[in-house]
Amino acid sequence: MNNPGLYHMLFVSTALFFIGVYGFFTRRNLITMLMSIELILNSVCLNFIAFNKYAWPGKMDGLFFTLFIIAAAAAEAALAIAIIINLYRSHNTIDVNAAEEMKY
Amino acid sequence: MSEQSYILLIPLMPFLAFLLLGIPGKGAFSRTAGYIAGFAMLISAAISIYTAIGYFSDWGKLNGVYQQLNPVHYTWLQFTPDLSIDMGVLLDPVSVMMLVVISFISLMVHIYSISYMKGEERYNIYFSFLSLFSFSMLALVMSANIFQMYIFWELVGVSSFLLIGYYYQKPSAVAASKKAFIVTRFADLGLLIGILIVGFQAGTFDFRVLIEHLGNPGHEILTLRQNDFSPISWGMLLIFIGGAGKSAMLPLHIWLPDAMEGPTPVSALIHAATMVVAGVFLVARLFPVYYFSAWQVLPIISWVGVLSALFAAIIACTQTDIKRVLAYSTMSQIGFMMFALGVSGFGTEGLGFTASQFHLFTHAFFKALLFLCAGLVIHHVHSNEMRDMGGLKKSMPITHICFLIACLAIAGIPPFAGFFSKEEILMAAYERSKPVYWIALFTSALTAFYMFRLYFRIFWNANPHHESHHKEGPAGQLFTLIVLAAGAVVLGFIPFGNYVSTDGKPLSTGLHLVFSVAPVLLGLAGILTAFWFYKKQSDRADRFASGAGSLYQWAFHKFYIDEVWLFITRKIIMKGIGTSAAWVDKNIVDGAVNLSGNSTVRFSEKIKKIQSGKVQLYGLVYLVSVVLVVLIIIYFINRN
Amino acid sequence: MTALWLLPAIPVIISAAILLLPERMTKAVSLVGATVQFLAIILLTLCFLSERSDGDQSVFLFQQRIEWFSSWKIGLHFGVDGISIAMILLTAAVVTAGILVSWNLKQQQKEFFILLQLLAAGAYGFFISLDIFTMFCFLEIAVIPKYMLIGIWGSGKKTYSANKLALMLMSGSALILVGILFMYYQLPVESRSFDFITMAAHPLPLNIQLVIFPFIFIGFGIFTAIFPFHTWVPDGHSSAPTAGSMFLAGISMKLGGFGCLRVATTLMPEAAQYYSIPIVVIAAIAILYGAFATMMQTDLKYINAYSSISHCGFVLLGIGFLNHSGINGAVFQMVSHGLMTALFFAVIGMIYERTHTRKVSEMSGLMKSVPFISAIMFIAGLCSLGLPGLSGFPAEMTVFMGGWARSETVYRVVTIAACMSIVITAVYILRAIGTVMMGPIKNNSFAVLDKAAWNEKWAALILVTGILIMGILPYLLYSLVNPATGEIIKKLSKG
Repeated sequence: MNNPGLYHMLFVSTALFFIGVYGFFTRRNLITMLMSIELILNSVCLNFIAFNKYAWPGKMDGLFFTLFIIAAAAAEAALAIAIIINLYRSHNTIDVNAAEEMKY
Repeated sequence: MSEQSYILLIPLMPFLAFLLLGIPGKGAFSRTAGYIAGFAMLISAAISIYTAIGYFSDWGKLNGVYQQLNPVHYTWLQFTPDLSIDMGVLLDPVSVMMLVVISFISLMVHIYSISYMKGEERYNIYFSFLSLFSFSMLALVMSANIFQMYIFWELVGVSSFLLIGYYYQKPSAVAASKKAFIVTRFADLGLLIGILIVGFQAGTFDFRVLIEHLGNPGHEILTLRQNDFSPISWGMLLIFIGGAGKSAMLPLHIWLPDAMEGPTPVSALIHAATMVVAGVFLVARLFPVYYFSAWQVLPIISWVGVLSALFAAIIACTQTDIKRVLAYSTMSQIGFMMFALGVSGFGTEGLGFTASQFHLFTHAFFKALLFLCAGLVIHHVHSNEMRDMGGLKKSMPITHICFLIACLAIAGIPPFAGFFSKEEILMAAYERSKPVYWIALFTSALTAFYMFRLYFRIFWNANPHHESHHKEGPAGQLFTLIVLAAGAVVLGFIPFGNYVSTDGKPLSTGLHLVFSVAPVLLGLAGILTAFWFYKKQSDRADRFASGAGSLYQWAFHKFYIDEVWLFITRKIIMKGIGTSAAWVDKNIVDGAVNLSGNSTVRFSEKIKKIQSGKVQLYGLVYLVSVVLVVLIIIYFINRN
Repeated sequence: MTALWLLPAIPVIISAAILLLPERMTKAVSLVGATVQFLAIILLTLCFLSERSDGDQSVFLFQQRIEWFSSWKIGLHFGVDGISIAMILLTAAVVTAGILVSWNLKQQQKEFFILLQLLAAGAYGFFISLDIFTMFCFLEIAVIPKYMLIGIWGSGKKTYSANKLALMLMSGSALILVGILFMYYQLPVESRSFDFITMAAHPLPLNIQLVIFPFIFIGFGIFTAIFPFHTWVPDGHSSAPTAGSMFLAGISMKLGGFGCLRVATTLMPEAAQYYSIPIVVIAAIAILYGAFATMMQTDLKYINAYSSISHCGFVLLGIGFLNHSGINGAVFQMVSHGLMTALFFAVIGMIYERTHTRKVSEMSGLMKSVPFISAIMFIAGLCSLGLPGLSGFPAEMTVFMGGWARSETVYRVVTIAACMSIVITAVYILRAIGTVMMGPIKNNSFAVLDKAAWNEKWAALILVTGILIMGILPYLLYSLVNPATGEIIKKLSKG
């Protein structure tokens, strides 16, 4: 019980994922939504590492994927921030509900 | 092709004239059109008479029986291996006689029209239409195939339409032409269906084969002699309806009086002498089939004929427009021809048939004569109404004499042509059907009365309130009157039975002096009544008319038959069916189309709300769907 | 003579030429092109006839097959029989006349003539294709330009009409597509092909035919205004520009009839027998109902459009009779109606250009001011009411004969009902013509109108010549069409 096992890891990761999801769906602020997405990504990373460690200890695939995700998340954050800034410029807000021009 | 192929020239000449005069359009040949058309007609009349002489005296006879010859024949349109529309020429006594009548009367009318229509803007168009009519009518009577006949039947109808509507800027003429076309078209529907029925029953459309199959006593269906209407009887009845439409029999006669809106020579040619007898010709052509395979129809024919004769005669007594009086008299006389066919027997008893054709022949001459005289009178007083006429015998002596001859002929006074033919008809009726005979006798007295009413009102009676300065008429027109009047005098002496009979063998149609007494005396009585009423201006006729009361009113309003037809067409067909069809189309059928379009639009209006533009909502839907899909997959995996 | 592919190719080449050359040459190029096409088709007809008289008895002549989409066995397979020849001749006449009457078009000439040419290409391709899928493609090519012709150059409620027409025709195509795919998958795997000949060689079992036949028949039927899917006709025709109406009524509606005959009836003969009575009943309803509805119309184009519904009923009626005479009659009626209705629409267009109205009640006495146009209208009207000597008569009579040759009572009743339409036709035609052309001139501005111009005269002349040839010498068309009909009958009687 002292040693955290796979289940603990997965529990944390799942919690992290749903917190992210909850944040993504409820927050109207785009920055917060971005942060929520980061949480989701992190939960995925945690999953990869946990599985790599406990299920296939001899392999490195999970670690590589995690590194990839970190890189992709960095790029994504940059891109998202750029979009948010542009949105702010045009709409004077970063409320996601304000940007609904693409509706019917 | 045979040595008689030159017969093709008879219809071809007027056809060429039609093309030549018609194609350049209004205004061409503005002086010569009449002469061109007249010349073409002259040639075809000459060939017709030559053919008739040859046929009746030389090559038409085989062992003393007149043959049905078929010198020209080729297939025009094949339907099934047996059935086809062929174009051919069929010569028999009836068609040869018709060729002569049509081409001769047409020639007279052409000559008459040359001066009568002078100065018309569409002079050449008039003659081209007249030629078109002559062409189709000549081709009609020569037709060897019943479908070929139907083709020319329609063409005759359309040329009649064109000629009635010749004064196309006159609304009444337009209405009359439409009415004539539609009424006859309606009757043609019967003809067409009749042709289909009979053609398929007989397995051919060819007249000769048709008559061979159905028109002889040895045919197997005939041995049954059942009294029910067989399919052939129905077909022949429908064919008769077609003929009745063209020949203005009750109750399809309504177009004929209105058709008098056309130029008078046209009325003389088409609506008196030739086209309207096409129905009689049709029945006569198929007479053996009627007699042997559809004898149930013959009484119908005779009753329709005799009632039409009576009705028309009664109406004619009350009309005041002289052309209308003549129109009703035409209808009445055609009724005579029709019922004569209806009461006819076959072979040696075929007096009715011969009489009918004889009357057709003589009637063409004196009726055309009456119309052409009427044309002169109308030009003279510039009116169609009797009340504008009177006392014209001084200013129009030739017309007067000719008109008198024609009236005597139609009234059946010996020795004029009408006497002989009408006597034969009455004789035939007397032998075969007494009720028909009595009605016919009464009608012939009425005929004498209304014709002489016309005669006295035009040429005697009182005075012309307009002294006319111009001459009686151009020489060409008077010439035609004299020729036709001569015909009305002498043609009765032709021994017609020798030439035209049901079976091609000569038929003796002796005159019975005793029998003739009654009709002639009645005719004279009619004339005397007319003399008493109308010789001088008096109120006798008016007093009599008011005495007759509602009968007079009914007759004056033509027994309201027009109104009944108007009600049926306007109210029931147009308003009832037409409007409802249009309504159904607009609202129900098209409504369904629009409904499907609109409901698609409305549905997408409804569901487009989902596309809210809210990113988070999209995400949520996505997530939920993914979860659902996963659950479903898990469910199915576990189930197995 | 394996240059059949040129038929659809020539219009495409002409369109390319129109696109590349300056606008002032547009009309000349398309007229010259259409004339060349017309002459080529007459030459083709002559070759066809001489080949036949040399004793070539194969069903389709001048066959030519180019593999196009080999994994699905779709090919450009061309070949003609008598019926296609008749249809191609009709198309050529209507196209040439249509180009002539559009001579005075001002707006967007290039696009207009290109679309006309594309439409023609579609029609030619459709009539000569022996591969059902290619046939379907050409059918679509013939539909799309109509949408634009009506939407851009039309009049009245053109957007609505263009939408309606395109949607209804597209739904027809959808049914056809479902039907032909179904047929394709019913073939044995090794001989799966869209080729007409192959399909004909592998007859489908009856129960399958019964399912597929309605799809294809109704699908093509929509093109030929089968009741109750006919409502695109009046709106489409009345909104279209003159040449558009001519093409629509003269050619497009024939695509449907031809398809019903070539695809539905020939490939599924047993189903055709099975559905024969419903088909003739629906056709008779269309004939009478169209005629009655025409009687109440007040707009010349609507009159002609509704009468087209009635006349096209004869095509389906003839096909429904499934005998020699009936099918011959259907083909005759397609040719006759194509010529006549194109002529009618051309004349209506000419009148409209002068009077700027199409309401019957607003016109009168035009015979006086425009005698030539009136005479042509008169001929078109008489042809419509089936006057002998003009093309309508042999067509209608042949159909009636076909009906009467079937001895069952239903067919006879239907035939009599159809016969009745000739009276109703006379009523509405005479009402229209009597009012428009005859009577006194009520509106003084119509007293003096422009006389017919050369292009109008030529357009009318081409069509009138066709009508007269067919009316006076019907055996020419008969000898062309009859052997091809015989092949269809052979199929039908085998089943």
